[in-house]
Order: sequence, then C-alpha cells, then structure tokens
Amino acid sequence: MKKISKIYMALLLMFLYVPIFVLIVFSFNTTKSRTVFEGFTFDWYVRLFQNELILTSLRNTVIISVAAATLSTILGTAAAIGINNMKKFPKAVVMNINNLPIINPEIVTGVSLMLLFVFFAARMNFNFGFGTLIIAHITFDVPYVILNVMPKFRQMNPNLYEAAQDLGCNSFKAFIKVVLPEIMPGIVSGFLMSFTFSLDDFVVSYFTSGATSQTLPITIYSMTRRKVSPEINALSTIIFLVVVVVLIVKNIIENRSVKEEVR
Amino acid sequence: MQNIVSLKDVNVAFDGETILNNISLDIRDKEFVTFLGPSGCGKTTTLRIIGGFLSPDSGTVSFEGKVINNVPPHKRNVNTVFQRYALFPHLNVYDNIAFGLRVKKMPEKEIQKRVAEMLEIVNLRGYEKRSVNRLSGGQQQRVAIARALVNRPRVLLLDEPLGALDLKLRKEMQTELKAIQQQLEITFIYVTHDQEEALTMSDTVVVMNKGDIQQIGTPVDIYNEPINAFVADFIGESNILDGIMRKDFLVEICGREFECVDKGFGEDVPVDVVIRPEDVKLTDVNDAKITGVVESVTFKGVHYEMVIEAYDFSWLVHSTKAAELGSAVGISFDPFDIHIMKKMRKEA
Amino acid sequence: MKKTLISSPYIVWMIVFIVVPMAMVAYFAFTDGNGNFTLEYITEVGQYSNIFVRSIWLAAIATVICLVVAYPVAFILATMNKRHQSTMLMIVMLPMWMNFLLRTYAWMTLLGNNGIINTVLGYFGLGPYKMLNTQGAVVLGMVYNYLPYMILPLYSVMVKIDKSLLEAAQDLGCNSKKVLFKVVLPLSLPGVTSGITMVFVPAISTFIISRMLGGGSNLLIGDLIEMQFLGNSYNPNLGAGISLVLMVIVLLIMTIMNQFDSDDEDRVLI
Repeated sequence: MKKISKIYMALLLMFLYVPIFVLIVFSFNTTKSRTVFEGFTFDWYVRLFQNELILTSLRNTVIISVAAATLSTILGTAAAIGINNMKKFPKAVVMNINNLPIINPEIVTGVSLMLLFVFFAARMNFNFGFGTLIIAHITFDVPYVILNVMPKFRQMNPNLYEAAQDLGCNSFKAFIKVVLPEIMPGIVSGFLMSFTFSLDDFVVSYFTSGATSQTLPITIYSMTRRKVSPEINALSTIIFLVVVVVLIVKNIIENRSVKEEVR
Repeated sequence: MQNIVSLKDVNVAFDGETILNNISLDIRDKEFVTFLGPSGCGKTTTLRIIGGFLSPDSGTVSFEGKVINNVPPHKRNVNTVFQRYALFPHLNVYDNIAFGLRVKKMPEKEIQKRVAEMLEIVNLRGYEKRSVNRLSGGQQQRVAIARALVNRPRVLLLDEPLGALDLKLRKEMQTELKAIQQQLEITFIYVTHDQEEALTMSDTVVVMNKGDIQQIGTPVDIYNEPINAFVADFIGESNILDGIMRKDFLVEICGREFECVDKGFGEDVPVDVVIRPEDVKLTDVNDAKITGVVESVTFKGVHYEMVIEAYDFSWLVHSTKAAELGSAVGISFDPFDIHIMKKMRKEA
Repeated sequence: MKKTLISSPYIVWMIVFIVVPMAMVAYFAFTDGNGNFTLEYITEVGQYSNIFVRSIWLAAIATVICLVVAYPVAFILATMNKRHQSTMLMIVMLPMWMNFLLRTYAWMTLLGNNGIINTVLGYFGLGPYKMLNTQGAVVLGMVYNYLPYMILPLYSVMVKIDKSLLEAAQDLGCNSKKVLFKVVLPLSLPGVTSGITMVFVPAISTFIISRMLGGGSNLLIGDLIEMQFLGNSYNPNLGAGISLVLMVIVLLIMTIMNQFDSDDEDRVLI
C-alpha cells in the first residue's frame, strides 16, 4: 500500500512539474527550437529585460495589485466590522451579494463590469485604463478580504471587547487595543490573497483594461498568440523561481510560529 | 480461569522515548481488568497494542495462547470503546450499532434482532433513528458500548470511556458497565486515571507509571498493601514518610520507634512508611509519641480532613471528630496500619 | 446602530459594481440596440446549443478526471506523516501559483506536432499524432489547471476526519478497502461536492484553454461570449444573453451539489 501511494504521488508530481521544467530548460536554448536543445545561453533573459512592453506591463501589474489590495483591505475590513454587527436578514443579503463575484464565472464578472464601464465612459468622458482596472480588481478582491476577516470575529471571545471597556477603554480604544489584534491575522491573509489574485488575474483585466494599462498576464497572453518566443520561457522561469522562494519563506515562517506555539 | 490475553516483554518507544518498558501481563477470561495510572504512563498504549492499532517494537501479544502480533485489528476478536466514542457522524444510532455486523455480512434480520437486544441492554430503545450528533454525552457513550458489544467480542477494550461525563452520570455508568460485564460474561479491559473508578469496578487493577507496571492485584490488595510509595500515593490519600527499619517489626519514624508487622528489610535500612489518613488517630498530647499542631480543619461531609504539623511533616488526618484549630494534639496509629515499603529509586 | 454604518462605503460599492453590472447584463440580454424589450437574443442563444453541449461535456469530463485523480492524492496527503504533510501539500500546490497562461503555454509546446512528446515518440517510430488543437488537449488543459481546486477541498475535509473513526471501523471488522468505502467516502462527500463546483465552474466558462489548446475549432461558451464583446462580431446584447444562460447553468450545478450535503456547517464558497 505504501509503495503504491509513493508511485502514485511520483506520477502526479511528474504530471504537474514536467511541463514547467520543459519551459525552464528551453529558456536556456540558443535557438528558437522547442524540441531540440542546441546549446546553452542567457540571451533570452537579456532580451527579456530589454523588452519595454514586458517591463511596463510588469510595473502596471505591481501598481494595480498594490493599490487594489490596499484599498480592498481597508474597504473589506471596515465592511466586515459592520456586517458582523448586522441583524440576521440584512447580513444574509449582504453576504450573498458579496459572494457573487466568487461564485460567478470570471468571464461574467469581467463582461458585466465592461458593460458598466462602456456605459459610463461614453457619458462621463473617461477611458479604460488604470481607473477601470483598479475598480474591477477591488470588486473581486474585497469579497475575499471579508471572507478572511469575518471568521475571526466568530472565533473571538465576545467578552474581550467588554473586558477592555470594563478596564477603562472607550469603544474606539477597545477596538484598537483588543479587537484589531484579534482579527489581524484575517486582515493580513485577506491582503495577501487579494494581492496574489490581482497579480495573477487575466480574465477580468482582459475585459476592463485599456491600451495604455496592459498588465503582465495580458502581455503574456498576446505573446502566446503571436510567434513563438523563448522570452516567454525566460519569464516563466523567473516567475517560477519567485514563487518557489516566496512559498519556501512562507513555509519557514509558518513552521517557526507553529514551533513557538508548541513551546 | 484461563488466560485470554497475554503480553510478554513488550517494549514500545516513540522517537527514542520509552513508552512501555518490558511489560508482561496475563489477563484471565471474564475478568474486569483496569489499567490505572497518571496520563502518559502507557496505559492507553497497552490497550492499543491489545486492540491491534499499534505493534510493539519487541515482545509478544497472545490471544488464547496464540501470538497475534501481526493480526490486523479487523481480524481480532476484540472490540474497543474509544475515548471520545468515535461514533460515525454520517450514520444514525441503529446504523452505528449495526456497522460491525453489516461488515460481516450478517443477514439483516439477525442484525435487527441483535441491535434491538443491545439497545435494550444499554437502555436506548426508541433511539434507533436518532442522529448521533443529537445525543447527549451519556447517550453517545451507550451507543459506543452497544456498537462494540453487539459483535460479541471475547474482550472489550474501554479507553477512559467515562472521562467526558459529569460526576453523577459517571457513577451511574460505572454500576451499569459492571452489570453489563457480569451479565454478558465478557472480559473487560478498562483504562482510567481515576483511582476511585478503578477500585469500584475492577476484579484486578494494574497500576502503571512511566511505562512500568507498578503493581497488579485486587482493589482491596492494592489499597491496603500498596507495594511502593507511588502506588500508595496514587491510590487514595496517604501520608508517606521517610523511615528507618531498625530491625524486623521495628521502624523509626520522626525519630521515634514504633512496632510494626513487617519484616525482612534488614537492619537500619531507610524505607518509605505509608499511613492512610483514616488510620491516624488523634490522642491526648500527654500519652502520644508524636505531637503536633492542628493547621487546618476542613469539613468533607462524612468526615473532617485535618492537617497536623509535626516534625516537619504535614500529616493528613481523616476523622469524624474535629480537633480545635491551632491546638496541640497527639498522633498515634496501630502497628498493622503502618505500611513499610522499599525506597523507590530516586529519580532526577 | 453606529457600528453597521462603517460598512456603508462597501455596500455602496457593492451596489454600483456588483448589483448594477449584473442588472445591466440582464438588461442587455432582453433589449435590442435601441433599448426596446426583445427575446431575440435569448432565443438566438439556442443556435449555439452545440457549443453549450460541448462546453458542458468537456467540463464534465475534466471534472470527473480531476475527481478520480485528486481523490487518492488527497487521501495520501491527509494520512501522511504530519511532519511531511505541509511540505508535500506545498509541493503539490506550487504549480497553481504559476500564472495559468504560462502553464497552458507549456502544454502548447509539449503537445504540438513538432512538440516534445511527438519528437520523443518519433524516436520509437511512432506518430506524429495530432494532439494540439483537439478536444483531448482542451480537457487535458482543464485537468492540469484545475486539479488543485479538486485536491484542496478534498484534502481539507479528509484531514478533519477523526483518526479514531478509522480505527473504530477497523475495530469493527473493516479492512482498509472497507474503511475507505464505508467511512472515508461518506465523510468526505462535502469535499467532493465543493471540489466539483470549484472545477466545473471555471472549466465551463474558460476561453483561454480552448483558444490555446483547442485551436479555432473547439469553441466553448467562454469563447462565444468573448467574441461578442472583444472579437470581430461585436454584439453585447447577444453576449449578455449567453452570459445569462451560463449563469443559470452554473447556478443549477451548485443547487444540485448543495442537495448532496445538506449539512448545516458554514461553507465559505457556496
């Protein structure tokens, strides 16, 4: 039994990783061939960093993700506090609408926002660009912030807030000193989730971006539509390495905090 | 009576830490045996070895004389009542109890009969269709017992089954369990850290500590003749004093010599002396070998519990008569109430 | 109450950017270019029923494959030694963090007529087989991209199953196969249903996988919608109509899935 599961996991990992490793290997190929490795070079990496389009879209992506994640975290945390204090029925209504962008197929969210923006762009004289992108990203980010923060209220001992007031805090102080630290883990994971979703989003951005505000995923998409270029492979390699480093660091931090808790 | 389960030289270690240290033990058929000890003493591990959920690093486990080290749990004629019941949440009361019989592909008619019988025994008739998540702790407990017993195992293993119940319910279930055991004539192997529970229900008590068996005996033996200071302390309350065995039948406690009934320790040998609080008598100061001052008096319902400070030792005394707080009293005890034990190895 | 007031900015946001856009989709679906009520576009959707059937069919196959592949993975992960569990989970989930366009692009280079797989097969005198631009490639792309969405909910349900339940089943006479079917399977049902929704919904609405791996000949619902908004055949009314039908299909699937686990546990996604 043990042996079978080991073989099974090995096959799964092969399925998951072989495509990525093939991409990485051919990012070092001297020719554009995708089947024969004809020699080792860093040329594609050099070209990648000279590619204005990629660099601009990378910058755009980072700006949009940071802006959207930050605003979503503020908006979402405030919303979660309010929603938590709502009565049962309005709470259910708000939560159901909140979950809509999560349940809905991405393309429907993208298309619906596009319809809205087209409608107002004509009447209010603005263009698709950073503004529309950030609004769209906030719209699909906030629901995740709320879903991360809300459970923290439920896990919190309801007497904590009262205890703080009992010990002389006014309600604002009690919130800052007691409630905020309790829900902080939810806020942080909500922010990180928003940030990664924004970094990675293609579908919604595709429908809401303008010519001057291309994000990295949109640039990647148009590159894959055109002639083959090993620059994509180079880009994949770099993204893969970044992901690996980030996840390993995250894992180390988590393991350390778990160990500290045990102590 | 015949041995049904035997452990011989069983050793278990996790991550280099010894959990069971060369345990050997025979359990007779139709006996109510209790493994008693503080948490981490290895009692649950021993039970899991008998159940087949854990195999020992060395040593043998036998069932009716046959070695069963490599027999998986589902092929052992042993059933378990788990610590937190482990009832299947996706099944109702009836289906939980019928689970084992269905696995054995017993005809549905026979299953019906047996489950009904079992529900009768555990007093849950009419609860068949109830979801197990909607039962109280005591009812869940009964379902767990029924689910195990319906398979008619030769041995029933119970892992602290009453731990989660409140005191009153626990007492009721103790009597009920004992009655079920006698009615069905099945061997019960019971794990608990509650000494009172062990003494109430068992035919035989196995006292364990730190992976070793300390003492095996009837409840009366264990209580009256604890083999060492650990057992004495764990079973009931005790005064454990340092003493010196001057010679046979003579022991020195608190610098005074007392007659006793023990012998064979040698001369001038340091020993542990155990005296139960209820065996300590308070006497007039003038005709006592040991005198002290009453430090506290607490009413306990049936008796008073008093602490007497004498010779740098706090004596615990149970008596139906209260002494006056702060007054000087004498302490005495009969020779046969003095229990002499070999000094335990001092542990770091 | 003062405290509920703090959520009002988001509630306004929600109305403007979630409710209103949805209403606009519905409005466009039922009106013509001049704003007059019409059922023309909704009925026109019927003409594309072959695309709908294909989308549902391919997404369903991909979902079933994901379930079959992911179930043992989740079980192995959940029963693994705790110390290696989080590391192994990370390794299995890591490819999901790569941009999914790049992941799909990787398969383009593997499956092509001059791709690596055909080259390797060529050494053995086999092929070349047409793999890219087929329905099989589309399903493969769906499985590859959405497999983690199946593994994760299954795994998180399975780790929560009390180990003593498995022991209890063994104790009552189950060998490991019976433990799996009589205890693990029924208890992991909530994970199965949420895994199915999490794979099926993106699979049925994708347009990138079909575009990149399916060529032009294997259009899915997503492609159809995209073409009405950004493609050559600009027709937002028809696009809105198709989107509406897609939403109904998704809603239907979720309702069906919810029937299976009527547990009162709070679920995040549904």
